[in-house]
Amino acid sequence: MSTSNELLLEAKGITKYFGTITALENVNLKVHAGECLGVVGDNGAGKSTLMKVLSGLYKPSSGSLHFQGKEQVLNSPRDSQILGLEMVYQDLALAGNLPIGENIFLGREPTKKLGFLKFLDFKKIKELTNAHLDKLKINVKSADQKVEELSGGQRQAVAIARSTAFNAKVVIMDEPTAALAIKEVGKVLDLINGLKKTGVGVIVISHRMDDIFTVCDRVMALFQGTNFAEAELNNTSRDEVIGWIMGKK
Amino acid sequence: MEDKNKESLHLKLIPYFEKYGILLLLVLMILVMHILQPDVFLSWRNVTNVFKQISWQSMLALGVFMVIVTAGIDLSVGSIMMLSLMILAVVAKAGAPWFIVVMTPLIAGFLCGLFNGLGITLLRMPHPFIMTLGTLYIFRGAGNLISGGTPISGFTDEVRYLGHGRIDLQWLGLEKSQYLPVSLVLIAIVYIIFWIFLNHSKTGKWIYAIGGNPNAARASGINVNKILVIVYSLCGFLSGIGALILAGRTDSGYPNAGLQSELDAIAACIIGGASFFGGRGTVLGVFAGVMIMGILRNGLNLMDVSSFWQQVLIGSIIVLAVYIDVLRRDLGTRK
Repeated sequence: MSTSNELLLEAKGITKYFGTITALENVNLKVHAGECLGVVGDNGAGKSTLMKVLSGLYKPSSGSLHFQGKEQVLNSPRDSQILGLEMVYQDLALAGNLPIGENIFLGREPTKKLGFLKFLDFKKIKELTNAHLDKLKINVKSADQKVEELSGGQRQAVAIARSTAFNAKVVIMDEPTAALAIKEVGKVLDLINGLKKTGVGVIVISHRMDDIFTVCDRVMALFQGTNFAEAELNNTSRDEVIGWIMGKK
Repeated sequence: MEDKNKESLHLKLIPYFEKYGILLLLVLMILVMHILQPDVFLSWRNVTNVFKQISWQSMLALGVFMVIVTAGIDLSVGSIMMLSLMILAVVAKAGAPWFIVVMTPLIAGFLCGLFNGLGITLLRMPHPFIMTLGTLYIFRGAGNLISGGTPISGFTDEVRYLGHGRIDLQWLGLEKSQYLPVSLVLIAIVYIIFWIFLNHSKTGKWIYAIGGNPNAARASGINVNKILVIVYSLCGFLSGIGALILAGRTDSGYPNAGLQSELDAIAACIIGGASFFGGRGTVLGVFAGVMIMGILRNGLNLMDVSSFWQQVLIGSIIVLAVYIDVLRRDLGTRK
């Protein structure tokens, strides 16, 4: 693919203060199409803050975001979604009381017009949901099943399906395997590898070296809110990456 | 093998029970009352009477229901209704034409709800309980201030139409006493509109989503605060409709109007299957909840049971209904 190496997302010199606390200082990050970037770091290293800046939930105190070469200012998660930047949150951000299909399209529901009124198009939601779940090879009993009836792995799959339902170009995943049973971890990692093949740029935040070394092409470490180290996966080892997390080079 | 089949049947029935169980209870109550009072209970006169009695409560309950779906609470609906009623009474006494008098409680109710919604979101109250507890006092106090704390009586027929009007059915060959109260038609129309709103519009779906998981709603780009302001405003608006109905029924604005009716409204929602945790409940369920409370009061009155027993019974039904809600959650969700 000609676009496979296209630089999709670049963060330049991101700094974020919360009052007197410096959560991020001059952090840089790049993701290309079809590439998976692993972001590691200890608790409090600034991983989650960085992801929230990238998704538009937080505004950076300074620094800039560039998407497909253009500088963008994100005022809300809606802005990043419009650009094709999706986030899969650690707490999954699904409404358990709603069915799978309505969760996938939450906030962006297809509607049909009846006179001057707009009504939800449940038939279309179901059709699109089934087609999308098939494409990602996600098995659930029915698109009408409520999310609270699903297992942890199925919920994660729904969250990932949600993030990719609108032709996402970059998907950011916060600890995608943290809450899963061991046999479900493999399925989610397969899903991530599948996404990469479709040309999506993926950012995975994880504590698990297994995850990083199964799906990522490049890994970067944050330490105390700064870029600490970065390497192609081929040029590093688990022990070295674990050292970075602890702040040792 | 047989056991497994049995269990799957049992699991298949749960969603239906969850949806329609409360209607079953309602039908059961109607049957029991009919057996106990065969001549009176299902008579035209008594049935229309029940609907007239629940007419304004059903408006408050519907408003509170939407708020409860967002995992919030509105304690001020009784006071909103009283303030709207008093404003209506003062405007009517000042001699305003009927179409203006009819609009005033609706606008006043909406503005009171808007005040609640803005207070909760802009002042970042830790829980809607606090804001609406405050406005419970504020609105009732304001209602007494503008009316001087005394009843104001005597409205024109146009103003009283929604609460007191009758639709004559003699053209259907029925007797003159067999009329349809306008308030019954109004309940049906309002409930159908809000059923469509909550189940078939984006905003309605988002109201449920906020109750299910506000973080999910926020992450989906939904403006949660805006939706909450809309919900509280609509709740106030419905309380305003309640005031208009009450004005028609009683022909007066009086200081004790709607006293403690917020608790009845909450009770009807809870009996009808709305969950305090948010995100759960149906418009049909609320209607059933309002009906159950109305029929219970009416039936016990017919049987000459003391109103103290009515209180004991209604309280017991609330506790029982919530216990069923707890059991249902245990069954329905994976932990």
